[in-house]
Amino acid sequence: MQEIVDPVPGAGEPHLPAQPDLVQLLTPEGERVEHPDYALDVTDEELCSLYRDMALVRRWDVEATALQRQGELGIWASLLGQEAAQVGAGRAMGTGDMAFPTYREHGVAWTRDVDPLHVISLFRGNDLGGWDPVARRFNLYTVVIGAQCLHATGYAMGIQRDDAEAAALAFLGDGATSQGEVNESFIWAATFSAPVVFFCQNNQYAISVPIERQSRVPLFQRAAGFGFPGVRVDGNDVLAVLAVTRAALARAREGSGPTFIEAFTYRMGAHTTSDDPTRYRLAGELEEWKLRDPIARLKAHLSRSGKAGPEFFAAVDAEGDELAVRIRKGTLEMPDPAGTDMFDHVYAEQTEEIAAQRAEFLSYHEGFEQ
Amino acid sequence: MEDDPKVVLMGEDIGKLGGVFRITDGLQKDFGEARVVDTPLAEAGIIGTAVGLAMRGYRPVCEIQFDGFVFPAYNQIVTQVAKIHARSRGRLPMPITIRIPFGGGIGAVEHHSESPEAYFAHTTGLKVVAVSNPADAYWMLQQAIACPDPVVFFEPKRRYWDKADVDLDVAPPPLFTSRVVRAGDDLTLLAYGPMVKTALQAAQAAEEEGRSIEVIDLRTLSPLDLGPVEESVRRTGRCVVVHEAQTNLGLGAEIATRVTESCFHSLEAPVLRVGGYDVTYPPSKLEEEYLPDLDRVLDVVDRAMEF
Ligand SMILES: Cc1ncc(C[n+]2csc(CCOP(=O)(O)OP(=O)(O)O)c2C)c(N)n1
Repeated sequence: MQEIVDPVPGAGEPHLPAQPDLVQLLTPEGERVEHPDYALDVTDEELCSLYRDMALVRRWDVEATALQRQGELGIWASLLGQEAAQVGAGRAMGTGDMAFPTYREHGVAWTRDVDPLHVISLFRGNDLGGWDPVARRFNLYTVVIGAQCLHATGYAMGIQRDDAEAAALAFLGDGATSQGEVNESFIWAATFSAPVVFFCQNNQYAISVPIERQSRVPLFQRAAGFGFPGVRVDGNDVLAVLAVTRAALARAREGSGPTFIEAFTYRMGAHTTSDDPTRYRLAGELEEWKLRDPIARLKAHLSRSGKAGPEFFAAVDAEGDELAVRIRKGTLEMPDPAGTDMFDHVYAEQTEEIAAQRAEFLSYHEGFEQ
Repeated sequence: MEDDPKVVLMGEDIGKLGGVFRITDGLQKDFGEARVVDTPLAEAGIIGTAVGLAMRGYRPVCEIQFDGFVFPAYNQIVTQVAKIHARSRGRLPMPITIRIPFGGGIGAVEHHSESPEAYFAHTTGLKVVAVSNPADAYWMLQQAIACPDPVVFFEPKRRYWDKADVDLDVAPPPLFTSRVVRAGDDLTLLAYGPMVKTALQAAQAAEEEGRSIEVIDLRTLSPLDLGPVEESVRRTGRCVVVHEAQTNLGLGAEIATRVTESCFHSLEAPVLRVGGYDVTYPPSKLEEEYLPDLDRVLDVVDRAMEF
């Protein structure tokens, strides 16, 4: 467990109840283990496709980081190290479930069939989110920390009113748990027993601020205070994440209310491409977490158990290269948005004032062309 | 911070990291973790606890990481910080400084480029200033911290990379004053924050066409200091206000009204405004077209001159 940093002179000892183990179904060495509460039946094909998703998402992430470095994207928020948490959670969702991501959930986007280029166009500055959130059942990225937790809760209340068989899955970071709105969402979800699951990726940092500055207790233990179950899962174990999230979503759909999942993981890259993590964390920490790499772990399991061989891994690598080429080409060929775009969707019913500004904008720019 | 041990800095990532713009870089090392506080990720908490600290005689200097993230704290700022002095009949001063990097032009994603100053200037009980250059930033921040009232302190983030020497021997003008930064006779151009530089460039370009433009850096948005503006407009007869924020109900509207009221008989043209369009802040590929630039300022200057 993390050491509690206590820079405030005279502050009392934190209240730390005994720690239950992480839910884990695959050890860092790739050994399959059982958990009494979370059985998981997966076929070999499913295992392989989970591996494929994680590997492709990482390839996408690496390519996007490179594109940013080359000046093609304004910024990129890397998910490096969080592939299992995101793919596991995304793959646990049913088609009727709705995801409410932050700005880092590219791995969940992938499982919801969002075109990577739609995510890229946001970070390139071409639009504010190009995919159809309703069709994909994957909401637009939300940059204001924590706001989406209330949206997910309200959406879940809608599901409840409609008597539908579905749930909402809200994503949040460890830092987000400090926001008032997030705490309000827990209260609403509990009070209305809304079919929502809060999936918190505890990647140990909110930019430079370590988890100890957000919470004096393990995050999952907070849920009890709000009146719903909290569970801590090994966020680098895609099988455990899949099992725990599936169970929580099933519980929500059945009408048993919300669950808080703390996926214990690590942000292996910088917060975003604008960030410099060497200012606030030691290299040794990263080295330690590399030993728990989510992709290497499943690969070890697949190889050792003979469920997949070199041809499979080579094929996934090749597919990754193709994906990277498609992303690079698509990014470079992406047309710039038209200037008039900014006027076109402010309201459902365009106002005369904005229409007039649009016309003024056009004639102003035509003036330059002449 | 050396002068006043009651000054406490609070904000997200301001300590170890030195802030995302490195404005507080090194301060935690020098003054310790109790005076430069890396806070939890909660803006309502940053401002709400600043109120309590102020009640104990501290002078909190709060950093909001970006303009678009001030809103979780908006309730505390508007319903508490702004009102407590009046509500307590002056018994509880609120010497809180709220630093907000604002404005666009840095190619950022949503919520990182906005100009929310009018919301705060509209709120009675807050003082609002915007700096335009490094020397002012140095002095004005010290003055804001020393001010017994709450000051919302806007820093134009696209000017963070500007460098200049600060003359430490020259006493600065009072905080809540505007200043003529370029003299001229044909038109008065008003700007603040990031647009001062643009306004100066526009005046320079206009000079090449034989037009003499006076540029005033407003510096203080609430209270407004329109004395130098009125003096100027009475001479030039023409006035244009420029800001990045949307034009509708922006600072320009208030300024235009007041200048019209006080200088009506000297005006040769209506007071005109150049600002952002009244749209959601666009994705960064379009911000150049959204933000007033040299050409748009000159275009409106031309219109004012044509009357
Ligand atoms: C309301 C608000 N305040 C501040 C920010 C700036 N900011 C962006 S990401 C971030 C840290 C978020 O940390 P966490 O919730 O742990 O998620 P992570 O980025 O680690 O995935 C901060 C402070 C923001 N986006 N929204």
